[in-house]
Amino acid sequence: MKASAFSYARATSVANALELLGAHGDRAKVLSGGQSLMPAMNLRLISPELIVDIGELAELRGIAVSGDVLSIGALTRHVDLQRSPDISAHAPLLTEAVAHVAHPAIRNRGTLGGSLAHADPASELPACMVALNATVVVRGSRGERRIAAVDFFKGIYETGLSADELLISVELPVARKGSAHFFHEFARRHGDYAIAGLAAQAIRDGGLFTDLRLAFFAVGDRPVLARAASGLIGVPITPAVLSDAAAALGRELDPQEDQQASAPMRRHLARVLMRRCVAALLGRLDLDAGERT
Amino acid sequence: MTAPVPISLDVNGERVDANVLPRLNLADFLREHLQLTGTHVGCEHGVCGACTVRVNGDIVRSCLMLAVQAHGASVQTIEGLSDSGEVADLQAAFRDRNALQCGYCTPGMLMAAQDLLKQQAEPDREQIREHLSGNYCRCTGYQAIIDAVETTARLRAGRQP
Repeated sequence: MKASAFSYARATSVANALELLGAHGDRAKVLSGGQSLMPAMNLRLISPELIVDIGELAELRGIAVSGDVLSIGALTRHVDLQRSPDISAHAPLLTEAVAHVAHPAIRNRGTLGGSLAHADPASELPACMVALNATVVVRGSRGERRIAAVDFFKGIYETGLSADELLISVELPVARKGSAHFFHEFARRHGDYAIAGLAAQAIRDGGLFTDLRLAFFAVGDRPVLARAASGLIGVPITPAVLSDAAAALGRELDPQEDQQASAPMRRHLARVLMRRCVAALLGRLDLDAGERT
Repeated sequence: MTAPVPISLDVNGERVDANVLPRLNLADFLREHLQLTGTHVGCEHGVCGACTVRVNGDIVRSCLMLAVQAHGASVQTIEGLSDSGEVADLQAAFRDRNALQCGYCTPGMLMAAQDLLKQQAEPDREQIREHLSGNYCRCTGYQAIIDAVETTARLRAGRQP
C-alpha cells in the first residue's frame, strides 16, 4: 500500500525540529532513515499528520571518542557503525550486532537513533545499548535529559521520549581492560527479526566475571537486562552454577507467544544463549554441554 | 504544507526538477513521473528488494524513501546502470545461467549484486548469499543467481568462470 497523505517539514536545525515537535505534539512523527517508519506508514499502521524530516541535520551525525566516552550521533547509519574503526575498537559488540540487522540496502538508510526511538523489542541495537550501559541523550524545549538505556525502553514501541523531544545521541563507556562481548541471535533467516537474541558485555579477571551484562531481546516487551547474571559474577563458574543461573533466567523472563515461537520455546532459547555466551566468554566449551533443564 | 514540494535531484546523470506530494515514495516517483519502470514495486514495505536503487552511491529501498528525501541527491536506477554498460557482463551472466524467469526481481538483484562486486572483488558464495539476502526471487531458487554473480566476479578478476 501507499502511505496516506501528510504534511512535510524539512527541519533546518535541532531547534527548528523541536519547535515543530512542540507545535504538533504526537500528531507529528520524526523521520530519520525511515526504515521502520516508512513500512509502518505504507502499511497504514500509522498515519501522522506531519513528518518532520531530520535527515539533513549534520549536527546529529558522527562518532567521536573523548576520554573514556564514545559518543554516537542519532543520525549515524547502521553502515557507518559497521565500518567505523572507533566502534570496532571501543564497542566491538556493536560492530558484530549490526551485521545482523536486516540487509545492506536497509543498513545504508537506517539510523541508530531511529532504531532506538522505534524500540522494537526484537531489534538488536536497543539490546546492545542496554548491554553496553549506554546513556541516551534527548533534547526538548525544556532542555536536555540523559536517560540510562535500561530505563529508556518502556515497552513495545514505547520509550521515555516525549512527543516533543528528539533523540540526539548516545554515550557509551569505552571498552575497559578485560572487556569481552558476545552476540548471537536465532532467526528463521539471516536478516529477519530475531526469535530470541542476546547481546552481552562482560569484564573478566582470571577465570571470573567481575561484571556481566546480559541483554536479551525478542523475549519480552523490551530488551531485558537479566538479573540472573548476578549469580555468575565473582564466583567460579561450574556447570551447577550455570544451571542455577539458567533456571533463574527462565523464571525471570516472560516472553510473548507469536507465530514464530511459543513462550516456552523462547525461554528455552534464552537459556541456550546464556550457556553459549558464558562458555564462549570464558573459553570453556565444557560449559556449553547442552540444555538439561 | 500538504501542497506539493519542489525537489531537484540528479537521476542517471540528468538533472530533474519536479513538484511532488510528500507521500510519494521514490519508487513511484521514478516509475510514474520519470517513466523509469525498471525499478519494480513489490511488497512496498522494504522486504522484497525489487525496488532497489542507488542513492549517492549506496543501494537503498526506493519504497522506503520519500521522493522529497531525494532532494539534492544523485539517484541511479537500473536504466542508468544498464545504459552505461556498467552491469553488461552481469546481465549476460544472468542470461547465460538462467538466473531469471519472470524477471520481476532482476533489476533489484542486479543492483544488489553490482553493489557487492564493487565492494569485494571475489566474494565467496556465502558472501553473495548474504549480500543478496534482502532480495526475494520466487522463480529461480537462487542457485542460478548465485552462479551468475560468482561467474561475473571471476571474469572481472581475469580468471576463468
